[in-house]
Order: sequence, then structure tokens, then C-alpha cells
Amino acid sequence: MPALVGAAAFALALTWRPAIATIDPSQTDSFSPTLVARGAALAKIGDCAVCHTAQNGRPLAGGRPLATPFGTLYSNNITPDAETGIGRWSFAAFDRAMRQGVSRTGAHLYPALPYEHFTHVSDEDLRALYAFLMSRRPVAATQPSNQLIFPLGFRPLLAGWKLLFLRQGPLPYDPRQSAEWNRGAYLTEGLGHCAACHSPRNLLGGEEHDRPYAGGVAEGWRAPPLDESNPAAHHWTADALYSFLRTGISPDHSAAAGPMGPVVESLSNAPDADVRAIATYIASGMSVSRASGPVVMLDRPDAAQRAFPAGATLFAGACAGCHGPGAPMTAQGRPSLSLASDLLDSDPTSAIQAVLRGIEPPVAGRGPKMPPFADSLTDEQVAATIAYARARYTNRPAWPHLVRSVTRARKESQP
Amino acid sequence: MTPALTMVNVNGTDHRVDAALDTPLLYVLRDDLGLNGAKYGCGLGQCGACTVQIDGKAVFSCVTPLAAVGSRKVRTVEGLGSVEAMSPLQRAFADEQAAQCGYCIAGMIMRAQALLDENPSPSDTEIRSHMQPNLCRCGTHMRILRAIRRAAGAAK
Repeated sequence: MPALVGAAAFALALTWRPAIATIDPSQTDSFSPTLVARGAALAKIGDCAVCHTAQNGRPLAGGRPLATPFGTLYSNNITPDAETGIGRWSFAAFDRAMRQGVSRTGAHLYPALPYEHFTHVSDEDLRALYAFLMSRRPVAATQPSNQLIFPLGFRPLLAGWKLLFLRQGPLPYDPRQSAEWNRGAYLTEGLGHCAACHSPRNLLGGEEHDRPYAGGVAEGWRAPPLDESNPAAHHWTADALYSFLRTGISPDHSAAAGPMGPVVESLSNAPDADVRAIATYIASGMSVSRASGPVVMLDRPDAAQRAFPAGATLFAGACAGCHGPGAPMTAQGRPSLSLASDLLDSDPTSAIQAVLRGIEPPVAGRGPKMPPFADSLTDEQVAATIAYARARYTNRPAWPHLVRSVTRARKESQP
Repeated sequence: MTPALTMVNVNGTDHRVDAALDTPLLYVLRDDLGLNGAKYGCGLGQCGACTVQIDGKAVFSCVTPLAAVGSRKVRTVEGLGSVEAMSPLQRAFADEQAAQCGYCIAGMIMRAQALLDENPSPSDTEIRSHMQPNLCRCGTHMRILRAIRRAAGAAK
């Protein structure tokens, strides 16, 4: 028995991290404007403000609920407020949080902060980010307490998670690839943390490293695969991806929806060369061996009508005004539904969510906007409508158990 | 599609209409039932002039096919009150002179009523985020917000 207690104490001791001394907030008053501007650009690539801003809240002041399979976490205030933010954090404390997921106080941070990606960020980029954050206006704001399933409120357990999933250190440079590709890899795998949503996660919430970018979930939406299994009708080129990431739409594909909207919003303000580099890197991962002949724009209203007559009626009254032949939207160069990845995907989740929640223009004032149908269509009606649309605009097999999927997706979209 | 006899419940009354099932509810309300409060703005679910309620929720009637309504209950601005007997919200819109051209107002009222029915004293942030889908081309948004606040205050 004493041995067991001793072993437990030893294990606990291994998880212990010291606090890092506080600093006087006035020490962070003198960053060069160039450094701050570089940090601002990096913060756009990293999307910091998306998670660290509550709805209608002050930017970076935290408090946004992040639903996970393990409960709800609330993001921290990362403005330099001395009491409630990171105003007393030294660079060493910031560096440790970003690279090792340990708070200034020594507490382990939950991997909702994607430190398994941020660990790859270079010293100088971290310094620029620190300068940017510490020169924001301080906001006094305390986030609500996390609500996690037992025993995950016990943070020393996170040391075990890190042992399994945190691989510290810089990414290797691939000399066979271009400098732009390597820049893209650095941004995508590091600050951009694209895989945090676009890779599947295992039961412990870790990314499945043997299936990177094979598709994941984000806030009830599907984050489509960015590997060879990407369902797009047109092969994604670096140029197409660049315009998608910059504007939220690619005329040969479809529109950014759900949690991708805020990502596009950030990237629309990020340095041009960096967004191009990300596009180059991601596009290379989606390169396919499948024959890339001309894309056939399917539209088979008669066959679809025979298979899903109720869906045909609903589509005619609810969708055809924008998506039907000759609709004003198509004259503006918006993609046909036959190109929509959500309809081509093996998983119906994002098609369902697009109908339930609609699409907001990601970049304010311009871009696609689709109204939500959650309150006008029942679960059965949403299922019938998208079953019809898939049969009409794609040659993929019908989705099974669609009504059940709609019911589940609707539950996940309740705030 | 060919027209067929369909039952639809509007403002508490069952109506039998002779319309194709893919007809937008807006057309049924205006053309078949003579309820001209809801307006045709964009026809694409982007402006909100056609807003009515289905089972208490604000929806764009221009992109809601008759087939989708089924046995659910439709409520239009005519169901709230009349010129002679206005509802508190309609009264507040009149008192605040919220209408300039008035084209968006029936939709605005129906969306606002859906909020007040669920939450009788909404915060300003809640009002603004709830009303976000409905647009006013004249720019009387500030008066519209005042009218909703006035109605919410009167209900307390």
C-alpha cells in the first residue's frame, strides 16, 4: 500500500510545473510598431480572436464557450489586463503556454488551446505575437468556470494527454519542396492549426496522426477532408484555394460555411503571401491520382423527382429561387449545386447544417448569404430536400438514415 | 405542379386553398387569402419583408413552400390586431413612427413579436441580434428598435 501511495505521489510530482514569476505590466509598454504589426498578422493566421472572443464581447477578452465531447470550456481573457488577463505574464510564461500548454501559474491547459500545433511556432514569431497581445487595450473580464465531465477537472491528468499527443519542437524543412510550400507547412501545421478541425480525433480527443486531414468535426459541422479523399468535383488547385481562403467562395467549388466563415474573415486580412503559401501547402495534400477529366455538371431533375417527390416539391418552393436553372444567383457566377462539396460528401452533416443554419457572408458586406431553414422546415422536410438535391446534382448514392442525422444536427446547433 | 386543395391554418382559422404545393406561402397569403401585410421584397429570403410566423417562429414566407407548412399554425400581422384594435407591439410601432415607406414593417413586427413571445424583456443586444435578418431600405432601424423596446417595457 505505501508503495502504491508513493507511486501515485511520484506520478503526480512528474506532472508538477512551477509558477513563473509575474512581471510589472509597465514592462510591456515599449514594443516596436513593426513587431506589433507582425504579431497582428500572425494573430490573423492563428485565428486567436475567433475562440478568445465571446459573442458580442470585446476582442480577445475570452469567455466564448467551446463545446467538446468532454464538456464545455470557456476561453481565457488574453488581453493584457493585469488581474483578469495576461498583463502580468512574462514572455517566458507566454512561450510555455503556447509551446507546452502550461499556464503562468503552472496549471496544465486544456488542448482546446491547440498547443500541439503552436509548439511548432518559431521564437521570433512568438515574440511578435506576444508584442501584439501585450499592446492591446486591457479588458477586465473573467470567463465562466469550465463544465467538464468527471474527472477531467483535475488538470494534472493533462500531463498524460501531452505525453501521448504533444510533439514539441520545430517542423522539419522539406528540401524537395519549394520555399513557399515549406512556409505554408509551417503556417498550416503551426499557428494556423488547420488539422485541429480537419483531422479526425480519437476517443481521448487527440488528433489521429496516422490519418492527418482525413476530415473532422467543428461546432456540429463537418470539417471536410483535406487529403486525397476530399469530395470536391473540381480538383482544388492552389489558386482556387487561395481565392476561397481570401473571399469565402470559389466559383469552381462552393462557399465557406459554419466555423470556416470566421477563419476566412481572419485570412481575408492576413498577409497575401502567407495565404498563398497555406493554399499551396494544403492543395498539395489534396492532389489526386484519380482521372481529372472535364467535370460533368450533373442536373437530373426528372430522376431525382421520381426518387424523392416530396423533396422535389420542397426544393421547388424553398431552394430553386436561388439554386434552380436561370436563378439570379447563378448569373452572378455562384457555383452550381453540382459542385457543392457538401452534397458530394459521404457525410451529410454540412449539407444539413447549411440548410438548418444558412450561410452568413464571411467577409462583412460581401459574399454568399443563404437564409436558415431551421424554423420553416421540419427534420423530415430537410431530409427530403437534401436527399432530392443529392440525387439531382450528384451521382453519389443516397445518404442513409437522413432524418436521424437531421435530428442530431439540429440538437447540436442549439446554443 | 398542378394546383390541389390544401388546408392551411392562418391566424387561428383553417382555410382551404387551391394552390400547388410548391407555391411559396407568401403567394398563398396574398393571392389566395387576401392577407397583404406580408410583402414581396427580394423573393430570396434575404430581406425579411415577407416574414410571418410558423408555430411561433419567424420565417421567410417567400422561401417557405406551402408543402412545408402542413398542419402547423401560420400567424401574420393581420392576426395581431387591426387599425381599430392594435396589439401592444403594433401600437408601439405607430407611436414611435417606425414606418417610413412601411414596406418592411409587417415583417419587422412579426419577427419582433416572435422574440417578445419567447422573451418578454429582451436586452438591447438580444433585440439587435434577433432582428438582424430583417432589413429596412429607408433606414428607420433606430425607430424600429425603439418601438420594440417600448413594447417590451409596456409588458413589464
